Amino acid sequence: MSELLKNIVRFFLFILVQVFILSRMPALHRFVTPYLYYLYILWLPFGLSRMSITFIGFLFGLTLDYFLKTPGLHAAACTLIAYVRPFVIGMLISQEGADKNYIAPSIVSMGWAPYGTYVFILTVLHHSYLVLLEWMSFGSFMYFVGKVTASTAVSLLLVFLTEILFYRKQKFRTNTI
Amino acid sequence: MRNVFLFIRRHFNFLFFLVLQIISLSFLFRYNKFHEAAFLNVSTEITGRLNERYNNIEYYFELKKTNEALVQENLRLRRELVTNFEAPDSNERLFRDTIRVDSVRKWEIMEAKVVNNTISLPTNYLTIHRGFRQGVRPNMGVTGPQGIVGSVINVSENFAIVMSVLHPQFRVVAKLKKGGETGTIYWDGISPAFISMRGIPRSANVVVGDTVVTSQITSLFPANLPVGTISEIVPDNTSNFFNLKLRTATNFSNIEYAYVLDNLQYDEQKRLEDSTRKKIQ
Repeated sequence: MSELLKNIVRFFLFILVQVFILSRMPALHRFVTPYLYYLYILWLPFGLSRMSITFIGFLFGLTLDYFLKTPGLHAAACTLIAYVRPFVIGMLISQEGADKNYIAPSIVSMGWAPYGTYVFILTVLHHSYLVLLEWMSFGSFMYFVGKVTASTAVSLLLVFLTEILFYRKQKFRTNTI
Repeated sequence: MRNVFLFIRRHFNFLFFLVLQIISLSFLFRYNKFHEAAFLNVSTEITGRLNERYNNIEYYFELKKTNEALVQENLRLRRELVTNFEAPDSNERLFRDTIRVDSVRKWEIMEAKVVNNTISLPTNYLTIHRGFRQGVRPNMGVTGPQGIVGSVINVSENFAIVMSVLHPQFRVVAKLKKGGETGTIYWDGISPAFISMRGIPRSANVVVGDTVVTSQITSLFPANLPVGTISEIVPDNTSNFFNLKLRTATNFSNIEYAYVLDNLQYDEQKRLEDSTRKKIQ
Protein backbone atom coordinates (compact mmCIF):
# COMPACT_ATOMS: atom_id res chain seq x y z
CA MET A 1 0.00 0.00 0.00
CA SER A 2 1.47 3.31 -0.91
CA GLU A 3 2.63 5.71 1.76
CA LEU A 4 0.13 8.38 0.77
CA LEU A 5 -2.83 6.03 1.01
CA LYS A 6 -1.61 4.69 4.31
CA ASN A 7 -1.32 8.18 5.73
CA ILE A 8 -4.73 9.22 4.50
CA VAL A 9 -6.34 6.19 6.12
CA ARG A 10 -4.39 6.86 9.30
CA PHE A 11 -5.67 10.46 9.31
CA PHE A 12 -9.27 9.35 9.45
CA LEU A 13 -8.65 6.46 11.83
CA PHE A 14 -6.96 8.70 14.39
CA ILE A 15 -9.73 11.27 14.22
CA LEU A 16 -12.42 8.60 14.59
CA VAL A 17 -10.68 6.95 17.54
CA GLN A 18 -10.17 10.27 19.28
CA VAL A 19 -13.73 11.48 18.78
CA PHE A 20 -15.73 8.34 19.30
CA ILE A 21 -13.74 6.46 21.88
CA LEU A 22 -11.53 8.77 23.83
CA SER A 23 -13.99 11.61 24.17
CA ARG A 24 -16.88 9.39 25.17
CA MET A 25 -15.08 7.69 28.01
CA PRO A 26 -16.42 8.43 31.47
CA ALA A 27 -14.36 11.23 32.95
CA LEU A 28 -11.50 9.82 34.99
CA HIS A 29 -10.60 13.04 36.71
CA ARG A 30 -11.00 16.63 35.69
CA PHE A 31 -7.26 16.87 35.08
CA VAL A 32 -7.05 13.96 32.70
CA THR A 33 -8.09 14.09 29.05
CA PRO A 34 -6.52 11.32 26.98
CA TYR A 35 -5.18 12.48 23.63
CA LEU A 36 -3.91 10.02 21.07
CA TYR A 37 -4.54 11.83 17.81
CA TYR A 38 -1.34 13.90 17.77
CA LEU A 39 0.58 10.64 17.23
CA TYR A 40 -0.46 10.99 13.58
CA ILE A 41 1.75 14.04 13.24
CA LEU A 42 4.62 12.24 14.91
CA TRP A 43 4.27 9.39 12.43
CA LEU A 44 4.30 11.50 9.26
CA PRO A 45 7.11 10.49 6.87
CA PHE A 46 10.51 12.10 7.02
CA GLY A 47 10.52 13.13 3.40
CA LEU A 48 7.80 15.77 3.46
CA SER A 49 8.78 19.42 3.27
CA ARG A 50 8.47 21.70 6.30
CA MET A 51 5.62 23.58 4.76
CA SER A 52 3.53 20.53 3.95
CA ILE A 53 4.00 19.01 7.40
CA THR A 54 2.87 22.28 9.03
CA PHE A 55 -0.10 22.49 6.71
CA ILE A 56 -1.10 18.86 7.28
CA GLY A 57 -0.86 19.45 11.02
CA PHE A 58 -3.11 22.48 10.71
CA LEU A 59 -5.73 20.58 8.70
CA PHE A 60 -5.63 17.64 11.08
CA GLY A 61 -6.13 19.82 14.14
CA LEU A 62 -8.89 21.76 12.42
CA THR A 63 -10.78 18.57 11.52
CA LEU A 64 -10.64 17.42 15.10
CA ASP A 65 -11.85 20.86 16.18
CA TYR A 66 -14.96 20.52 14.08
CA PHE A 67 -15.83 17.30 15.83
CA LEU A 68 -15.13 18.57 19.31
CA LYS A 69 -16.60 22.03 18.63
CA THR A 70 -13.56 23.91 19.95
CA PRO A 71 -12.77 26.29 17.10
CA GLY A 72 -9.05 26.54 16.50
CA LEU A 73 -7.80 25.05 19.76
CA HIS A 74 -6.39 21.78 18.47
CA ALA A 75 -5.44 23.37 15.14
CA ALA A 76 -3.09 25.77 16.94
CA ALA A 77 -1.48 23.02 19.03
CA CYS A 78 -1.04 20.65 16.08
CA THR A 79 0.47 23.38 13.91
CA LEU A 80 2.97 24.06 16.65
CA ILE A 81 4.18 20.51 17.00
CA ALA A 82 4.17 19.98 13.23
CA TYR A 83 6.44 23.01 12.84
CA VAL A 84 8.78 22.04 15.66
CA ARG A 85 9.00 18.39 14.58
CA PRO A 86 11.84 18.74 12.05
CA PHE A 87 13.97 20.67 14.57
CA VAL A 88 13.59 17.96 17.18
CA ILE A 89 14.30 15.19 14.68
CA GLY A 90 17.36 17.02 13.42
CA MET A 91 18.71 17.26 16.93
CA LEU A 92 18.10 13.65 17.82
CA ILE A 93 19.11 11.49 14.89
CA SER A 94 22.72 10.65 14.35
CA GLN A 95 24.89 11.72 11.46
CA GLU A 96 24.23 8.72 9.25
CA GLY A 97 20.76 10.03 8.74
CA ALA A 98 17.89 7.82 9.73
CA ASP A 99 15.74 10.05 7.61
CA LYS A 100 17.41 8.88 4.47
CA ASN A 101 17.14 5.20 5.22
CA TYR A 102 13.71 4.89 6.75
CA ILE A 103 10.36 6.26 5.82
CA ALA A 104 8.98 7.61 9.09
CA PRO A 105 10.07 8.14 12.70
CA SER A 106 9.65 5.02 14.77
CA ILE A 107 11.50 2.89 17.30
CA VAL A 108 13.14 0.89 14.51
CA SER A 109 14.32 3.90 12.56
CA MET A 110 15.56 6.08 15.38
CA GLY A 111 16.24 3.73 18.26
CA TRP A 112 14.51 3.60 21.62
CA ALA A 113 16.12 6.59 23.31
CA PRO A 114 15.90 9.17 20.52
CA TYR A 115 12.37 8.14 19.62
CA GLY A 116 11.30 8.20 23.25
CA THR A 117 12.75 11.69 23.69
CA TYR A 118 11.11 12.87 20.48
CA VAL A 119 7.68 11.62 21.56
CA PHE A 120 8.10 13.01 25.07
CA ILE A 121 9.16 16.49 23.98
CA LEU A 122 6.42 16.85 21.42
CA THR A 123 3.80 15.46 23.81
CA VAL A 124 4.73 17.91 26.55
CA LEU A 125 4.78 20.79 24.09
CA HIS A 126 1.42 19.86 22.61
CA HIS A 127 -0.32 19.40 25.94
CA SER A 128 1.18 22.55 27.45
CA TYR A 129 0.01 24.67 24.56
CA LEU A 130 -3.42 23.05 24.55
CA VAL A 131 -3.93 23.47 28.29
CA LEU A 132 -2.52 27.00 28.13
CA LEU A 133 -5.11 28.02 25.58
CA GLU A 134 -7.91 26.36 27.52
CA TRP A 135 -6.60 27.71 30.80
CA MET A 136 -7.14 31.29 29.78
CA SER A 137 -10.84 30.69 30.34
CA PHE A 138 -10.64 29.31 33.86
CA GLY A 139 -8.38 27.60 36.37
CA SER A 140 -5.46 28.36 38.67
CA PHE A 141 -1.79 27.75 38.01
CA MET A 142 -1.91 24.45 39.90
CA TYR A 143 -4.69 23.44 37.54
CA PHE A 144 -2.38 24.17 34.61
CA VAL A 145 0.59 22.23 35.96
CA GLY A 146 -1.55 19.35 37.20
CA LYS A 147 -3.44 19.05 33.96
CA VAL A 148 -0.31 19.09 31.81
CA THR A 149 1.41 16.43 33.91
CA ALA A 150 -1.60 14.15 34.21
CA SER A 151 -2.59 14.43 30.54
CA THR A 152 1.00 13.88 29.43
CA ALA A 153 1.29 10.77 31.55
CA VAL A 154 -1.95 9.30 30.23
CA SER A 155 -1.18 10.20 26.63
CA LEU A 156 2.31 8.71 26.83
CA LEU A 157 0.79 5.52 28.16
CA LEU A 158 -1.66 5.44 25.26
CA VAL A 159 1.13 6.11 22.76
CA PHE A 160 3.19 3.32 24.24
CA LEU A 161 0.27 0.88 23.98
CA THR A 162 -0.41 1.92 20.39
CA GLU A 163 3.23 1.46 19.46
CA ILE A 164 3.21 -2.05 20.87
CA LEU A 165 -0.14 -3.00 19.36
CA PHE A 166 0.43 -1.60 15.89
CA TYR A 167 3.88 -2.51 14.79
CA ARG A 168 4.87 -0.57 11.71
CA LYS A 169 7.21 -2.38 9.41
CA GLN A 170 10.06 -0.05 8.55
CA LYS A 171 12.10 -1.28 5.65
CA PHE A 172 15.70 -0.25 5.59
CA ARG A 173 16.07 1.46 2.23
CA THR A 174 19.41 1.86 0.65
CA ASN A 175 20.48 3.80 -2.38
CA THR A 176 18.40 6.86 -1.51
CA ILE A 177 19.99 10.26 -1.56
CA MET B 1 10.52 46.18 -2.03
CA ARG B 2 12.83 43.49 -3.27
CA ASN B 3 14.28 43.15 0.20
CA VAL B 4 10.85 42.40 1.57
CA PHE B 5 10.41 39.58 -0.90
CA LEU B 6 13.86 38.21 -0.14
CA PHE B 7 13.09 38.29 3.56
CA ILE B 8 9.83 36.46 3.00
CA ARG B 9 11.48 33.83 0.88
CA ARG B 10 14.25 33.23 3.36
CA HIS B 11 11.97 32.80 6.31
CA PHE B 12 9.08 31.33 4.38
CA ASN B 13 8.54 28.33 6.61
CA PHE B 14 8.46 30.31 9.79
CA LEU B 15 6.15 32.91 8.35
CA PHE B 16 3.84 30.21 7.05
CA PHE B 17 3.76 28.68 10.52
CA LEU B 18 2.95 32.07 12.04
CA VAL B 19 0.15 32.64 9.56
CA LEU B 20 -1.44 29.29 10.39
CA GLN B 21 -1.10 29.95 14.13
CA ILE B 22 -2.74 33.32 13.74
CA ILE B 23 -5.58 31.79 11.77
CA SER B 24 -6.16 29.13 14.46
CA LEU B 25 -5.98 31.59 17.29
CA SER B 26 -8.32 33.98 15.56
CA PHE B 27 -10.82 31.13 15.23
CA LEU B 28 -10.43 30.56 18.93
CA PHE B 29 -10.63 34.10 20.21
CA ARG B 30 -12.83 35.83 17.77
CA TYR B 31 -15.34 33.03 17.19
CA ASN B 32 -17.91 35.41 15.83
CA LYS B 33 -20.98 35.26 13.64
CA PHE B 34 -19.08 35.05 10.38
CA HIS B 35 -17.20 31.93 11.31
CA GLU B 36 -20.30 30.40 12.76
CA ALA B 37 -22.27 30.98 9.61
CA ALA B 38 -19.53 30.03 7.22
CA PHE B 39 -18.08 26.95 8.82
CA LEU B 40 -20.10 25.63 11.66
CA ASN B 41 -23.25 25.00 9.64
CA VAL B 42 -21.52 22.78 7.12
CA SER B 43 -19.39 21.06 9.69
CA THR B 44 -22.38 20.42 11.94
CA GLU B 45 -24.18 18.70 9.07
CA ILE B 46 -21.22 16.47 8.26
CA THR B 47 -20.24 15.60 11.79
CA GLY B 48 -23.91 15.23 12.66
CA ARG B 49 -24.38 12.53 10.05
CA LEU B 50 -21.32 10.67 11.28
CA ASN B 51 -22.48 10.95 14.86
CA GLU B 52 -25.88 9.68 13.91
CA ARG B 53 -24.40 6.52 12.42
CA TYR B 54 -22.35 5.90 15.54
CA ASN B 55 -25.30 6.61 17.76
CA ASN B 56 -27.45 4.03 15.96
CA ILE B 57 -25.14 1.38 17.35
CA GLU B 58 -24.43 3.02 20.67
CA TYR B 59 -28.13 3.40 21.39
CA TYR B 60 -28.61 -0.34 21.71
CA PHE B 61 -26.38 -0.43 24.74
CA GLU B 62 -28.48 2.14 26.54
CA LEU B 63 -31.93 0.80 25.72
CA LYS B 64 -32.67 -0.58 29.14
CA LYS B 65 -31.76 2.61 31.00
CA THR B 66 -33.58 4.79 28.49
CA ASN B 67 -36.72 2.72 28.80
CA GLU B 68 -36.64 2.85 32.57
CA ALA B 69 -36.24 6.62 32.54
CA LEU B 70 -39.13 7.00 30.13
CA VAL B 71 -41.38 4.79 32.22
CA GLN B 72 -40.61 6.88 35.30
CA GLU B 73 -41.38 10.05 33.41
CA ASN B 74 -44.67 8.65 32.15
CA LEU B 75 -45.58 7.73 35.69
CA ARG B 76 -44.83 11.22 36.92
CA LEU B 77 -46.89 12.80 34.19
CA ARG B 78 -49.83 10.45 34.56
CA ARG B 79 -50.00 11.30 38.24
CA GLU B 80 -50.63 14.89 37.29
CA LEU B 81 -53.65 14.15 35.13
CA VAL B 82 -56.74 15.87 36.39
CA THR B 83 -58.86 12.77 35.97
CA ASN B 84 -56.96 11.19 38.82
CA PHE B 85 -58.49 13.56 41.31
CA GLU B 86 -62.03 13.22 42.47
CA ALA B 87 -63.99 15.35 44.88
CA PRO B 88 -65.51 13.24 47.66
CA ASP B 89 -68.71 15.29 47.74
CA SER B 90 -70.78 14.23 44.76
CA ASN B 91 -72.96 17.34 44.96
CA GLU B 92 -70.15 19.49 43.64
CA ARG B 93 -68.85 18.99 40.19
CA LEU B 94 -65.78 20.63 38.65
CA PHE B 95 -66.26 21.60 35.05
CA ARG B 96 -63.23 22.28 32.91
CA ASP B 97 -64.00 24.43 29.95
CA THR B 98 -61.87 23.24 27.07
CA ILE B 99 -62.13 26.47 25.12
CA ARG B 100 -59.06 28.32 26.32
CA VAL B 101 -60.03 31.95 26.06
CA ASP B 102 -57.93 33.38 28.83
CA SER B 103 -54.69 31.42 28.55
CA VAL B 104 -52.47 31.47 25.47
CA ARG B 105 -50.15 28.58 24.67
CA LYS B 106 -46.68 29.60 25.66
CA TRP B 107 -44.59 26.45 25.30
CA GLU B 108 -44.32 24.17 22.32
CA ILE B 109 -42.48 20.89 22.94
CA MET B 110 -40.58 18.98 20.27
CA GLU B 111 -38.83 15.68 20.80
CA ALA B 112 -35.28 15.10 19.54
CA LYS B 113 -32.78 12.24 19.51
CA VAL B 114 -29.41 12.94 21.06
CA VAL B 115 -26.74 11.74 18.64
CA ASN B 116 -23.63 13.08 20.29
CA ASN B 117 -22.83 13.90 23.87
CA THR B 118 -19.67 14.66 25.80
CA ILE B 119 -19.30 14.92 29.54
CA SER B 120 -15.59 14.78 30.26
CA LEU B 121 -14.29 17.76 28.27
CA PRO B 122 -13.86 21.27 29.68
CA THR B 123 -16.70 22.46 27.44
CA ASN B 124 -19.49 20.00 26.75
CA TYR B 125 -22.04 20.05 23.95
CA LEU B 126 -24.79 17.74 22.76
CA THR B 127 -25.86 17.29 19.17
CA ILE B 128 -29.53 16.59 18.55
CA HIS B 129 -31.05 15.26 15.36
CA ARG B 130 -33.49 18.09 14.87
CA GLY B 131 -32.61 21.26 13.07
CA PHE B 132 -33.76 24.39 11.36
CA ARG B 133 -36.07 22.51 9.02
CA GLN B 134 -37.83 20.85 11.92
CA GLY B 135 -38.45 24.03 13.85
CA VAL B 136 -35.43 24.46 16.13
CA ARG B 137 -33.93 27.94 16.51
CA PRO B 138 -31.00 29.15 18.62
CA ASN B 139 -31.74 30.09 22.24
CA MET B 140 -34.33 27.41 22.83
CA GLY B 141 -34.18 25.44 26.06
CA VAL B 142 -33.63 21.69 25.99
CA THR B 143 -34.83 19.37 28.71
CA GLY B 144 -34.57 15.65 29.20
CA PRO B 145 -36.71 12.95 30.80
CA GLN B 146 -35.18 13.61 34.21
CA GLY B 147 -34.27 17.29 34.23
CA ILE B 148 -32.91 20.20 32.20
CA VAL B 149 -30.15 19.55 29.70
CA GLY B 150 -29.07 22.86 28.16
CA SER B 151 -29.84 25.47 25.53
CA VAL B 152 -29.52 25.46 21.75
CA ILE B 153 -26.68 27.59 20.46
CA ASN B 154 -26.28 26.67 16.82
CA VAL B 155 -28.61 25.18 14.26
CA SER B 156 -28.01 23.65 10.85
CA GLU B 157 -30.50 22.11 8.44
CA ASN B 158 -31.10 18.86 10.33
CA PHE B 159 -29.00 19.08 13.46
CA ALA B 160 -28.60 21.43 16.36
CA ILE B 161 -25.82 21.94 18.87
CA VAL B 162 -26.92 22.29 22.45
CA MET B 163 -24.70 23.86 25.11
CA SER B 164 -25.06 21.43 27.95
CA VAL B 165 -25.43 22.42 31.61
CA LEU B 166 -21.86 21.10 31.94
CA HIS B 167 -20.45 24.16 30.19
CA PRO B 168 -18.73 27.06 31.93
CA GLN B 169 -20.89 29.61 30.15
CA PHE B 170 -24.27 28.07 30.87
CA ARG B 171 -26.41 30.03 33.32
CA VAL B 172 -29.97 29.45 34.40
CA VAL B 173 -32.01 31.02 37.16
CA ALA B 174 -33.41 28.36 39.46
CA LYS B 175 -35.32 28.30 42.69
CA LEU B 176 -35.62 26.05 45.70
CA LYS B 177 -38.76 24.03 45.44
CA LYS B 178 -39.51 24.39 49.14
CA GLY B 179 -39.21 28.10 49.72
CA GLY B 180 -38.97 29.66 46.28
CA GLU B 181 -35.71 31.60 46.76
CA THR B 182 -33.95 32.10 43.45
CA GLY B 183 -30.30 31.67 42.62
CA THR B 184 -28.05 31.13 39.59
CA ILE B 185 -26.89 27.73 38.41
CA TYR B 186 -23.43 27.33 36.90
CA TRP B 187 -20.89 24.56 36.41
CA ASP B 188 -17.53 24.75 38.11
CA GLY B 189 -15.80 22.26 35.86
CA ILE B 190 -14.84 19.74 38.52
CA SER B 191 -17.18 16.82 38.01
CA PRO B 192 -19.81 15.96 35.41
CA ALA B 193 -22.33 14.95 38.05
CA PHE B 194 -22.35 18.12 40.14
CA ILE B 195 -23.25 21.74 39.45
CA SER B 196 -23.18 24.77 41.70
CA MET B 197 -25.71 27.34 42.78
CA ARG B 198 -25.11 30.75 44.24
CA GLY B 199 -27.28 33.58 45.42
CA ILE B 200 -29.45 31.85 47.99
CA PRO B 201 -29.51 34.08 51.08
CA ARG B 202 -28.55 32.61 54.41
CA SER B 203 -31.99 33.26 55.75
CA ALA B 204 -33.37 30.48 53.58
CA ASN B 205 -34.08 27.08 55.03
CA VAL B 206 -31.79 24.74 53.11
CA VAL B 207 -31.37 21.04 53.79
CA VAL B 208 -29.28 18.49 51.90
CA GLY B 209 -31.62 16.62 49.57
CA ASP B 210 -33.89 19.54 48.66
CA THR B 211 -34.99 19.74 45.07
CA VAL B 212 -34.08 22.71 42.93
CA VAL B 213 -36.34 23.59 39.98
CA THR B 214 -36.30 26.23 37.26
CA SER B 215 -37.87 29.51 38.18
CA GLN B 216 -40.30 31.50 36.12
CA ILE B 217 -37.75 34.29 35.65
CA THR B 218 -35.77 32.47 32.98
CA SER B 219 -37.19 32.60 29.46
CA LEU B 220 -35.37 29.44 28.37
CA PHE B 221 -37.41 26.99 30.40
CA PRO B 222 -40.89 26.85 31.88
CA ALA B 223 -41.07 26.98 35.65
CA ASN B 224 -40.77 23.91 37.89
CA LEU B 225 -38.58 21.74 35.71
CA PRO B 226 -36.15 19.70 37.83
CA VAL B 227 -32.58 21.00 37.85
CA GLY B 228 -31.01 18.98 40.62
CA THR B 229 -30.95 18.02 44.28
CA ILE B 230 -28.73 19.64 46.89
CA SER B 231 -25.84 17.37 47.76
CA GLU B 232 -23.62 19.66 49.80
CA ILE B 233 -23.79 23.06 51.46
CA VAL B 234 -20.31 24.55 51.22
CA PRO B 235 -19.61 26.46 54.42
CA ASP B 236 -18.56 30.03 53.75
CA ASN B 237 -18.75 32.45 56.63
CA THR B 238 -17.53 35.43 54.65
CA SER B 239 -20.64 36.05 52.61
CA ASN B 240 -24.33 36.36 53.20
CA PHE B 241 -25.17 33.74 50.64
CA PHE B 242 -24.98 30.00 50.48
CA ASN B 243 -22.72 28.24 48.06
CA LEU B 244 -24.52 25.05 47.17
CA LYS B 245 -23.41 21.98 45.27
CA LEU B 246 -26.17 20.17 43.44
CA ARG B 247 -26.33 16.74 41.91
CA THR B 248 -27.77 17.12 38.42
CA ALA B 249 -31.21 15.65 37.90
CA THR B 250 -30.30 14.51 34.40
CA ASN B 251 -27.84 11.67 34.08
CA PHE B 252 -25.66 13.05 31.30
CA SER B 253 -23.73 9.89 30.66
CA ASN B 254 -26.61 8.01 29.07
CA ILE B 255 -29.10 10.55 27.81
CA GLU B 256 -30.68 9.43 24.53
CA TYR B 257 -33.77 11.59 24.07
CA ALA B 258 -34.38 15.24 24.74
CA TYR B 259 -37.24 17.69 24.36
CA VAL B 260 -36.72 21.09 22.75
CA LEU B 261 -38.85 23.80 24.34
CA ASP B 262 -40.02 26.59 22.11
CA ASN B 263 -41.03 29.69 24.01
CA LEU B 264 -43.64 31.11 21.64
CA GLN B 265 -43.66 34.43 23.43
CA TYR B 266 -39.89 34.86 23.61
CA ASP B 267 -39.66 37.27 20.66
CA GLU B 268 -42.41 39.45 22.01
CA GLN B 269 -40.89 39.55 25.47
CA LYS B 270 -37.45 40.32 24.10
CA ARG B 271 -38.75 43.10 21.88
CA LEU B 272 -40.62 44.69 24.75
CA GLU B 273 -37.58 44.56 27.03
CA ASP B 274 -35.28 45.97 24.35
CA SER B 275 -37.61 48.79 23.46
CA THR B 276 -38.01 49.69 27.13
CA ARG B 277 -34.26 49.81 27.48
CA LYS B 278 -34.01 52.13 24.51
CA LYS B 279 -36.77 54.35 25.89
CA ILE B 280 -35.09 54.70 29.26
CA GLN B 281 -31.81 55.67 27.67
